[in-house]
Amino acid sequence: MKQSSSSSSSSRPGKPGLLGQLADFFEDRTGYRAFVHEALYERVPGGARWRYVWGSTLVFAFMTQVITGLVLWASYSASAQTAWESVYYIQHEMAGGWLLRGIHHVMAQMMVVLLALHLMQVVIDGAYRAPREVNFWLGLILMMLVLGMALTGYLLPWDQKGYWATRVATNLAGLVPLIGPSLQQVVVGGPDYGHHTLTRFFALHAGFLPATLVALLVVHLTLFRKHGLCARQPITRPDAMFWPDQVLKDAVAMLAVMAVVLGVILLPALRAVLEGRPIVPGELGAELGAPADPSQPYAAARPEWYFLFLFQFLKVFEGWGASGEFLGAIVVPGLVMGMMFLMPIVGRWDLGHRFNVGFTVALLAGVGLLTALAMREDYCATWIDAAALADVGELIEKTGGDEAQIAATLGNDPEKIRAFATRKKSWDAARHSRAFMDASEQAEVDAARAVALAGRPERIPPTGALELVRGDALSQGPKLFAANCASCHGHIDPQQADAQALLAKTSAANLHGFGTQAWVRGLLDPEQVAGPGYFGNTAHKEGEMVNFVQHDLTDRSIWKPEDIAAVIAGLAAEAGVTHGETTVAPEVALVERGRVLLASSEHCGSCHTFRDNGTAAGSAPDLTGWGSREWLVGIITDPTHERFYGDTNDRMPSFGKAEQGSLPMLPARQIALIADWLRGEWYRPAVAGH
Amino acid sequence: MAGSPEESVKRPPTPDQRRGFLARMLALVCGGLATLPPLVAGLWVVLDPLRRQGGAAAFLPVTELPSVPDDGMPRQFTVIDDRVDAWTGFVAEPIGAVYLRRRPGSQQVEALSATCPHAGCFVEIDKAARCFRCPCHNSTFTLDGGIVAPSPSPRAMDSLECRVEPTGGIAVKWQNFLTGVAAKVVKS
Ligand code: FES
Repeated sequence: MKQSSSSSSSSRPGKPGLLGQLADFFEDRTGYRAFVHEALYERVPGGARWRYVWGSTLVFAFMTQVITGLVLWASYSASAQTAWESVYYIQHEMAGGWLLRGIHHVMAQMMVVLLALHLMQVVIDGAYRAPREVNFWLGLILMMLVLGMALTGYLLPWDQKGYWATRVATNLAGLVPLIGPSLQQVVVGGPDYGHHTLTRFFALHAGFLPATLVALLVVHLTLFRKHGLCARQPITRPDAMFWPDQVLKDAVAMLAVMAVVLGVILLPALRAVLEGRPIVPGELGAELGAPADPSQPYAAARPEWYFLFLFQFLKVFEGWGASGEFLGAIVVPGLVMGMMFLMPIVGRWDLGHRFNVGFTVALLAGVGLLTALAMREDYCATWIDAAALADVGELIEKTGGDEAQIAATLGNDPEKIRAFATRKKSWDAARHSRAFMDASEQAEVDAARAVALAGRPERIPPTGALELVRGDALSQGPKLFAANCASCHGHIDPQQADAQALLAKTSAANLHGFGTQAWVRGLLDPEQVAGPGYFGNTAHKEGEMVNFVQHDLTDRSIWKPEDIAAVIAGLAAEAGVTHGETTVAPEVALVERGRVLLASSEHCGSCHTFRDNGTAAGSAPDLTGWGSREWLVGIITDPTHERFYGDTNDRMPSFGKAEQGSLPMLPARQIALIADWLRGEWYRPAVAGH
Repeated sequence: MAGSPEESVKRPPTPDQRRGFLARMLALVCGGLATLPPLVAGLWVVLDPLRRQGGAAAFLPVTELPSVPDDGMPRQFTVIDDRVDAWTGFVAEPIGAVYLRRRPGSQQVEALSATCPHAGCFVEIDKAARCFRCPCHNSTFTLDGGIVAPSPSPRAMDSLECRVEPTGGIAVKWQNFLTGVAAKVVKS
C-alpha cells in the first residue's frame, strides 16, 4: 500500500527533485495521496468486467453535458426574442457551434439509453438488494433528474417543435390533483408561454436540476464505494484493482460512446460527400426548427423519441374521458415509478427478485412497443397503398361522410359495411400519416427559410426572427394564397403534367407567373383567353376582352404579329416581374412601341386607361403599372374600384376594404405579402460565386 | 453526547447537559433563521406567476361576415390582440386561432377555439373526411366541434361566444380553457 501510493520522490532516496518537493508540500498539507489511492485502488471482486462500465459511462456522459452545456450557456440568451436567435447564431455562425450543440444534443439522447442499460444491469444483478437499497433509490432520483433536464432542454431553442411539445407537457402537469393548475402556472411563469417560461426552464435545466444531480451523484458514488461493487456471482476469476483494469474497460466504453455520438453528428456529412453535395456545417448536429409561433399550427408536434412512448400512451386511453388522460399521464407513470422504488423491498425474496427482473424487462419492452406503435402511426403512409384505397375517399366525399348514405350505397350489406369500415381505417391511417409526414417536411422547409432570413446582411431585427418569418413573402405567400385566394384562383404551372385537370377545378384566372410575358401571351392567345387558365370559368368569359382577343386580335389588317409582341413586352414591362432573375432587359424599342399601342385609342386604349391617354376609368382595368406591386395590392384591396373592374367585378371580394369601425378581411401587410409572392419578390440569399 | 442513554434516564440532567441541550437548540434556531430569508425571498418570487392573471376576456374583432362561407365548412381565422409577455408589449399580435362556421343559409356564426381540449395542440380541419382532427393524439371532432368517440379528448372542442355586429363584423370572446378535464373551465 505504501509502495503503490508513493510518488517519484520515494523512488529516489535522499533529496527529492523539485516536482517531488512540490508533491510532498501538498501531501503534508492535504494528504491527497490517500485520497487518490482510495479512488484508484478499489478491489474489483472477480476481476474487471464489461458489464460494470455503464455507471462510469453515465458519469462521463454527464461531464460531457456539463462541459458543452457551460459553453453553450456562454452564448445563449433566454428570452422569447433572443432564444431562437442566439441558438441560430451558435448553430450557423459561430465557429464549431454546430459541433458543440451536436454533442450536447446527441449525448443527451445517449444518456437516456445508458440510463436504461445501467438500470437493467443493476436490476438483473440484484444490485438493489441490502445494503444497497438507498443507493438504488438515489439512482432512480438521478434518473428522473436526467429526464427532467432532457424535457426542459427541449424548449430552450424556442422553435416550433420545442414550443408545441412543451405546451403538451405543461398542460399535462396541470392534471396533477389539487395543485395542477397552480403548478402549471408556476412552471410556465405566468398565464401564457413567453419570456418566463424560457427563463424558468433554463434555470431548471442549467441550475436547479444539475446542481441537485451533482449533490446526489456524490452521495451515489460514495455509497457505491462504501458497499463495493456488487459482483457477478459466482466469482470464478481472481480479483483485480479498479486501476487500471476496470478503468481501461471504462475508458474504452467512454471512447465508444463518444464515437457513436460523433458518428450520429457526422453521418449526414459523410452522406453528402458520397452524393457529391457540399457539406453545410450548420445542418449537422442538432436541428433548429422555425421560431416558435403560437398562431401557426404545427402538425409535426412530437416529443423527443425517448418520450414518444408517453405520448403514445395517452392514445391508449381513448374513450376514457378525463379519467383516461389522468390515468395515462399521472397515475400509471406514478405507479410504475412507485413499483420501481419498491424493488429493493420486493427483491428480498428470491421470487421477488425474479419478479423485479420480469417487471423491468416488461417495462422496457412496453416502452419499446409503444415507441414502435407511435412511429408506425406516423410513417405508415410509406407502405400503405393509398391508390388502392382511393375509392374510400371518393365515397366519403360523395356522401359527405354520412353513415346512412354510405350504408345505402353499399346496398346495406353488413358484410360490405364491415369491410368498408376496415378499409376506412387504413385510409384514415394513411392520410393521417401522410399529413404528419407532409407537416414534418414543411417544418424542415420553414426551418431552412427562417435560417436563410436570419442570415440576411441586415441581420435579425430587435423584435426577433419571428417578425422576419411573418413578413416573408416566400413562406407566408402560399399559406395566405391557399387560405384566401385558392378557393377560386389556381396557382398552377402550365407545364406541370396534371395542369389541365387542376385548372378545370378553378373558377378564376391562374395566377402562376402573373405579370410575366408568358402570362400576357396566354391572355392574348385566342385559344387560351376563354380557357380555364384565364377568363374561362368567370363571368368575363362572355365579356369584351374575350371577344376582343378572339376576333379583333386575329384580324391581321389591324393587329400585326409584331404589334402583339410589342403589347406583350409593353405590358410585362409595366409589371416588371423579375422572379429574382437578373432580367434580360426587354428590347427598349419593342416596349416603347407596346406603350404606344397600349395607350392608342385604336388599340388597347379604346377601353383601357393607360398613363395619360384620356380614356375614362370604369370601362376596363387601368393598365398603368399593370401587375406592379402597387397595382396588385390595389386590386386585392378592392377590385370593385373603378380603376379595376368596377361593377363588372365577378365575385372577387374586396379583401382590404372595410366599413368604418370594422376590420378588413385581410390586413394591409398580408395583402402586400400576397402581391409580393405572386410577383416572385422575396429575399434570396446570394449564391456563392455570383 | 454527554453520557450514555441509560445514565440520562437514571439521573437528572446535570447543568452541563442542560447547557449542551440549550446550545444545540440555539444553534439550530440561529442557523435556521439565517437561512430562512433567502429561502422565503426565493419562494416568494418563484410563486409570483400565481398573481398574474391573463387579461379579462374581451370580444375581439376577427373578420367580416362575407369571409365566412355559408357552406357549413369551418374556416380558420387568426385572433389578433395586444399582448404583454412579462416586460414586452406587443401591439396587434396574432395570439391564437379560431374556427368560424356558418350553416347553409344562416346568418349565425359559430366559433370554436383551435386549441385541443386534450392537451393543447392546434386542431386542424380535415376537409376530405369532413371533421376536425388533432395532429397530436388523433382526437377527432365533428364539424360543429362535437366529440367523435372513442377519443382521447375528455370533451368536445371549446365553443367561444361570438357575435355579429350590425356592420357585419364578427367578434369573438377570446378565452383559454383548462385542458384534459371534462368540464370547460376558464383558465385564469
Ligand atoms: S392534444 Fe389534441 S389529441 Fe392530444
